[in-house]
Order: sequence, then C-alpha cells, then structure tokens
Amino acid sequence: MCGVCGCGDQHQHSPKHSHILGLSPTRMVKIEQDILAKNNHYAAENRRYFAERKMLVLNLVSSPGSGKTTLLTETIERLKADTEIAVIEGDQQTSRDAERIRATGVPALQINTGKGCHLEAQRVGQALDTLQPKAQSVLFIENVGNLVCPSGFDLGEAHKVVILSVTEGEDKPIKYPDMFHAADLMLLNKIDLLPYLDFNVEQCLAYAKQVNPNIEVIQLSAKSGQGLEQWQAWIKKQLTLQA
Amino acid sequence: MHELSLCESVLQVIEQQAQAENYQTVTAVYLEIGALYGVDPEAMRFCFDSVVQGSLAANARLEIIEIAGQAWCSSCNTNVLVEQRYESCPNCGSYPLQINDGDQMRIKQLEVA
Repeated sequence: MCGVCGCGDQHQHSPKHSHILGLSPTRMVKIEQDILAKNNHYAAENRRYFAERKMLVLNLVSSPGSGKTTLLTETIERLKADTEIAVIEGDQQTSRDAERIRATGVPALQINTGKGCHLEAQRVGQALDTLQPKAQSVLFIENVGNLVCPSGFDLGEAHKVVILSVTEGEDKPIKYPDMFHAADLMLLNKIDLLPYLDFNVEQCLAYAKQVNPNIEVIQLSAKSGQGLEQWQAWIKKQLTLQA
Repeated sequence: MHELSLCESVLQVIEQQAQAENYQTVTAVYLEIGALYGVDPEAMRFCFDSVVQGSLAANARLEIIEIAGQAWCSSCNTNVLVEQRYESCPNCGSYPLQINDGDQMRIKQLEVA
C-alpha cells in the first residue's frame, strides 16, 4: 500500500501524480525548524561583533513607564566621564527617547518597530553599522516597553536587565515570569516613592527569586540617586569581565 | 502583536523552503507550541490567517500541536509536568525545577502540493 496516500498501488508520489482528477496530491515535508532560528542566527552574529570589540551590551526591558529612559540618562551622566557609551532606543513610534539620550552627549540611534512589539536581532545588527560603537564601550539597548515579547528575542546582549518600578505592583515577576526568568539583573526603581505606596519589597523579591533563583537585585531611584552607585559598580564589573 | 511577528517568521520559513523542497502550495502547517513558550494558540490562529493571505500558504490549515511543560526535579529525581515556569515540584514542593520540554515553538512539518 502507498504510505503517503493510502491507496492500493505501489508508486512514488511526485507533484504530477494525482489520485483524483483536478486535485493535486499532497505530501509532507519535514521542517523541524525553530521559529526563532533566524533571530538567533543574527543574535549570534551580534554577539561575535560585541566580543571582538570587548563591548558590554545590556538589553534593558520593562513595561512602559517604569522610568527606563530617566534611569538611563542618569546612569550615562555618572558613567560618561570615564566610559565610552552608545545607546540603541526601541519604540514603536517617535524618536523622543533617542533625543533625550543625545542631550547627554552620547550617540544614540532610534529604531522604530512600527507594529512590532519588540526589537529583533537583525535590526540591532543594522543599527550597529550606523552607530559604530567604540571598542570597550557599554552599549545600552532600551527595548520596547513590554514585559512579554522582548523576553523571547535574543539580541546578542551579555545580560537582560529588567526594570520594575514600585508603582507597578509587587506581583509582576509571577505575572510575567518569562521576562524575569530571562533577566540576570532586576532594578527595582522609584524606591523614593515607597513611603506613599503599599508595595511589599520583600514579597516582590521573593516572587522574583521564585521565577529565577539566580536573579540579582538592586534597589534604586533614578530621581533621588539612591542605589545608583551600586548599579554603576555592577556595570563596571561586567565591563571588566568582557575584556 | 507578538503572535503576528511570529506568524510572519513562520511564513518566512515556509517561503524559504519552497524552492529547496519543490512545492508551490502549502495546504497545512504543523506547529508545535510549548505550554511554557508564552504564546496563545488562539492568537496564533487569528494572526496566521491574516498573515498568509496572498501567499503560497493562503488556504493552509494551521495544525497546532500543544506540548506540555515538563521539568526535572532534582529532589525527586524525576520528570514532572508543570503549567508555569516558576512552579514548584507537584510531588515534593521544592524548586527550582529544570525545564526540559514545552518551552519551544517550531514548525514540525508542512503538508504541501
């Protein structure tokens, strides 16, 4: 019996062979391909590019309004005297964030993802051609504000850093476990607002550790400056590890 | 929106394989989606139909094969079923568990003409 169509003949199926007049036969093609294979291929190329230049690349992820851009401009102000920095900004629309970064004197390139909800490795690779980051620099990639999709897309970074602000609620790590699982560092931002909120820090950290036992945590406030030294020291340490 | 770009990636793979595998029309796409992958099968179906319009897979069926989440518990020395990434072991309550299945999404095979 034919194993493809189940008819009684012994024959080979070709596109021309047809059992029913007017209907072309179908066959199965094994693909076994990961949907993200293409993205992972570009991410590996980016990673090679970063390694050759001994760059530290951090993929900053969070929900919208967590204070990523403010934290980034404050971080740049503290690092720029003795560290080369470049920034890739991802947003669906506008170049407002890149303009805020450029105001600090650091090169920044905006990628508008349009309908896309995350940055992809290929777009980052293309941005590198334009941005031309320096050797031994720190490249911050500020991803689209979204706690879901960016978790699955490797950009070639050394670490994903997830920023959670205390105005968002302490249960975000278990509500969006993929992102907190993918991140190596969590920055708990806006802690200057804690006196005005019912945010349980201990519970939040416990949730984060439940999703990702290895996650490091720094509590800080981009506005008051609290904790920024610790964050700065973490970046410097990671940069020396790339050398 | 996440599912939309994933569907576009699926279509890209289908179009890339068309020449190598010698097909002009795709009649069904068999897609494995892990329970821990973070993708909603219903949203995939919705997006798939709009993404494939006008392509060689325009009338293709989307067959979703759901893969259960599995993880290794090092306390029990056994594989257990999990529904979420952060779950503790259903037998002994310990964590972390080492996830070893159900965190993937891939095209398994195509039915082509």
